[in-house]
This record gives sequence, structure tokens and C-alpha cells, in this order.
Amino acid sequence: MNEPDQNEISTLLREALPPMNTELRRDLWPTMLRRLEQPSARTAPWYDWALAGSVAVVLCLFPQLFLLLAYHL
Amino acid sequence: MSLLERFAKGDLDAFETLFREFQGRIYAWIVRIVRDPGIAEDLTLETFWRIFRTRGRFDAGADFSAWAYRIATNLALSHLRSKRPEQEYDETLSPVSSHDSALRRESREQIQSAFAKLPAKLRLAVTMALIEERPYSEIAQALGVPEGTVKSRVFRAVRILRQQLNRMGVMGVTR
Repeated sequence: MNEPDQNEISTLLREALPPMNTELRRDLWPTMLRRLEQPSARTAPWYDWALAGSVAVVLCLFPQLFLLLAYHL
Repeated sequence: MSLLERFAKGDLDAFETLFREFQGRIYAWIVRIVRDPGIAEDLTLETFWRIFRTRGRFDAGADFSAWAYRIATNLALSHLRSKRPEQEYDETLSPVSSHDSALRRESREQIQSAFAKLPAKLRLAVTMALIEERPYSEIAQALGVPEGTVKSRVFRAVRILRQQLNRMGVMGVTR
């Protein structure tokens, strides 16, 4: 592979895929603001808490399993 | 208190100032990679959403621009990875031997098809380096990799494209 190869590929690519118009068509801040004002819908489901509780109970009963858990994390 | 310090503390006015200053540049960077204005707008918003969400981890003494470009590049790369090539490469394509416009259109489609099948990381490198002609140093900084890695990705992409275009007979058209 040499410089002329790269130049030829470059020319072919620019012909087939012309450089994009990079001008932003609208101000995105109003959309961003709406998104920021929305309450976060990301809360952990109940089964995540149940799983975390179960793991905590198992670790209290069998602390030696902590290393096994740490290995899998 | 500086603008970046106020932003890191969650000041919405400071974030708006940064948003307005950088939205155009981040959009321009993303649209070059994803080549779709609508998707680029969505990814620009997602970039700033992540920037705002993780503001607590931002060091006010650090380079905001480099951080923003890194997030934008990773999002654009994820988008490229999730997008399947629209057209599968047809092994039976016959070599192009004439210069007429129909064949030129066909060869353009073949180039687009070969390009779309490149792995996402190589596609990003070749887009920014060979189509958009951005400096290697700028691409490397946005990707968070050494300049040599970008050159190596461009080299690999060119080799793959050359093999595919030779097989399709497209390379011969321009000679």
C-alpha cells in the first residue's frame, strides 16, 4: 500500500460520498431544555431491589461468598 | 467562579452558554461521521445530555471541548456499529469498463456499498481522514487513541476498500 493508492481511494470516496453540509439547521437548545425539564424516568424496578436485598442477605449469612461475587462483577 | 466551575456545579445558565457555544461544532463533527442531519441532531442532543448528567465528574480545569468531542465520537461510533449496511456486497458484479453515466452511477453505488461494509472504527477513520480531510491529530484526540492508531485504521480501511473495489472492477475506471 502506498501514497498513490490512498490518494486514488480518497478521490473515489469523495466522488461517491461528497463532504456533508455541516451547518446546523436549527437551534437545539429549546429541545435540550425540554429534555432537561422532563422528570427522570429511570428508576430501578422492584426486582432489582429484591435482587440486591437477596444478595445482601446471602453475603451476611455466607461472607466467604463475597470473593466469588467480586470475581463475577 | 469560572463558567466551567459553575457548569460542574449544575448551573443551568452556564450549561446553556456552553451548549450554545459548542452545539454547532459538535453537530458538524457528528454529521461528518454519521452522514445524516437528523441523526446528527439527535446524537448532538444526546451528547449534551450525557455531558450534563456527568457534569459532577468533570474537572473544571480540564479541556471541555476535548471531553465533548470524545463523548460525541463515541456516540457516533455506537450509531455506526448499530447500523447495518443497507446493501450487501454482490460477488457476481461484473467489472465496469465504460465511462458512461449509468456505469459511473453504478460504480458510485459500489463504492458506497464497499464503504458501508467497513467495520465502524475503520469507517470513522476513513471518513474523517480521507473524505472530510481532517488532520490525524484531531481525529486521534476525538477518539482518545494515538495518532498512529488512526493512521493504521486508515491504512487497513484503504487496503480493504482497494481489494473490494478491484474485485468489482471499480478501481480500473479512473485509470
